[in-house]
Amino acid sequence: MNSVLKPFQILGESALVSLRKLGRANLFMLHVATGFPGILARPRLLAAQMYSVGVLSVLLILISGLFVGMVLGLQGYYVLTDFGAEESLGVMVAASLVRELGPVVTALLFAGRAGSALTAEIGLMKATEQLSGMEMMAVDPVKRIIAPRFFAGLVSMPLLAAVFSLVGVLGGYFVGVGLLGVDEGAFRSQMQAKIDFDEDIVNGVIKSLVFGAIVTWIAVFEGYDSVPTSEGVSRATTRSVVYAAFAVLGWDFVLTALMFGKD
Amino acid sequence: MTFQPSDTTALVSIRGLSFSRNGRMIFDKIDLDIPRGKITAIMGPSGTGKTTLLKLIGGQLRPDSGSVRVDGTDVHRLGLDDLYALRKRMGMLFQSGALLTDLSVYENVAFPLREHTRLPESMIRSLVLMKLEAVGLRGARDLMPAQLSGGMARRVALARAIVLDPMMIMYDEPFTGQDPISMGVLVQLIHDLNHGLGLTSVVVSHDVHETASIADYVYLISGGKVVGQGTPDEVARSDSPWIRQFMEGLPDGPVHFHYPSKDYASDLLGFAAH
Amino acid sequence: MHSKTIEIWVGLFVALGLAAMFLLAMKVSNLSEFETGGEGYKIIARFQNVGSLRSRAAVSMGGVRIGRVSSVSFDKSTYEAVVEMRIDGKYDTLPSDTSASILTAGLLGEQYVGLTPGGSEDYLGEGGQIELTQSALVLEEVISRFLFNKAEGDGKSEGKSDGAKGK
Repeated sequence: MNSVLKPFQILGESALVSLRKLGRANLFMLHVATGFPGILARPRLLAAQMYSVGVLSVLLILISGLFVGMVLGLQGYYVLTDFGAEESLGVMVAASLVRELGPVVTALLFAGRAGSALTAEIGLMKATEQLSGMEMMAVDPVKRIIAPRFFAGLVSMPLLAAVFSLVGVLGGYFVGVGLLGVDEGAFRSQMQAKIDFDEDIVNGVIKSLVFGAIVTWIAVFEGYDSVPTSEGVSRATTRSVVYAAFAVLGWDFVLTALMFGKD
Repeated sequence: MTFQPSDTTALVSIRGLSFSRNGRMIFDKIDLDIPRGKITAIMGPSGTGKTTLLKLIGGQLRPDSGSVRVDGTDVHRLGLDDLYALRKRMGMLFQSGALLTDLSVYENVAFPLREHTRLPESMIRSLVLMKLEAVGLRGARDLMPAQLSGGMARRVALARAIVLDPMMIMYDEPFTGQDPISMGVLVQLIHDLNHGLGLTSVVVSHDVHETASIADYVYLISGGKVVGQGTPDEVARSDSPWIRQFMEGLPDGPVHFHYPSKDYASDLLGFAAH
Repeated sequence: MHSKTIEIWVGLFVALGLAAMFLLAMKVSNLSEFETGGEGYKIIARFQNVGSLRSRAAVSMGGVRIGRVSSVSFDKSTYEAVVEMRIDGKYDTLPSDTSASILTAGLLGEQYVGLTPGGSEDYLGEGGQIELTQSALVLEEVISRFLFNKAEGDGKSEGKSDGAKGK
């Protein structure tokens, strides 16, 4: 009997642990949100974090975006020539970048580059009692340390995604028009005719905002909630990247269904 | 310096404090008084929750029952704003120093001023340099925390703890892992700051000799209870076997060398019995 | 402090991001066309069947895009589809007897409205209506008509050959 019920007990226990963690994460997020006015009062704190979260990710985003765009150009060309539709290469490259790859790949790269760094930094600050020390100096570490990092991530993600998409389109253009000889005018006019501002660009920006919030939220929460030992911090860093990737892909499906589902 | 007539009463008074973590009792209804203007040492073996006690006084942890009154107010009945207002009047020196790693020594000491005051830069500068001078590290102002030795980091943290001129400072294991020279420096500093600035100091430590040399009053905590108290001399003269063992550092006594276990011989033979 | 340099870098980063968004909007998407499209004038055409024509489809004359479809709706009293088009302001000399048909770009491409000018001296203005319209070619109908004709044709020729045999 006991051995029959054991798996259910384990399942129930882990479900409760996850629920408790989700609850903590939500309360934590509310706490972070209360730090927003403080950031408006001290934009320098935000600037310092945007440097480490945003500026330091730009090179990675530029290079990745360029290569993703070039690969899209190559692959798209070979598929589209079969239908004699290589003029549509511009649409294909731009639509896949602006709608999907820009926000999603940027969010995944962002989780690996900035998210893991945030988790490790906050986890180390916790392990070395810096957060505790701040509390004892009557400074709320969630408002002073976490909130600027969260909002820096939130603001940086759409900017990075836009850079990624634009560089990707340029990469696709370079391969399609420059190397494979697609007509330049067709590439541009078809792209401009089919890529809709409201439906594609704005939705892409909304996606990247949501992903920015998710990735940064997971990163700062995992750091703040980590076990304050070196092992705990390294586990939290791994979790941060893995959970962020899952959450981004899952939410991408939900958002895509909501945005492009009805037509 | 601006002491009220209530000087004779304790600055911190703890009554019936119980605290447990993960089902383990850490404090069992302890009573403790920390007198104003004095250095009070809280000593006990590792793992007795001395740091926990400081966190309870600072309001970072909530007790299961009992009260902690600091300067007449119950710490755990305060709202967050009042608690933060109270904390501005308490300094705490963490074991690791807890310096902010991305700020220079100067900026670390200036941190509480920048967070809590709107002083002009020139005044912040003189205050920071004064406090750094007091701990003898005015010349190290441009170093980053990673470039400091453990003892220096603690001294910088001390300068930071006193920069808002608090009424009390809590020291968490200030002597652990220090070489004899920096230990001597820290002992001297704690003593001088307490008497020079009219602070109240609470030193949590298991370094018996250093602590006893500057403490005005000593509490010994073990197993969640206060097992001894008095001036360092009184405690040293105590005839309790546990206190003797702790103060003299004997390897065996009431606290056994062996972790509780079943009989040695039967344990060794236990495998064969299987 | 190097906080100045950090601020400069952050400023550059934000500028780069915003510039990328701006370029995506203006050079990659159709936002720039919208701007000019807003100024033109509106004309209406009624079709029996618009196929899969959608709002923002192109309106072209002689192969040149001169406007966009702004809405497609259904008139429940006449059972016709009403297509509202916005024509670029600079093309203000469309004859009033212009005819409209719904065409398909390529075999599987998107549908658009093709206008053919008439000979009238009057021009279409704001709210003008196109009287001559030709519905969309619905592929299924075309195929079924073709198959029907073919079946009929085959039946006739078979009948003939039978007759020939009989002779």
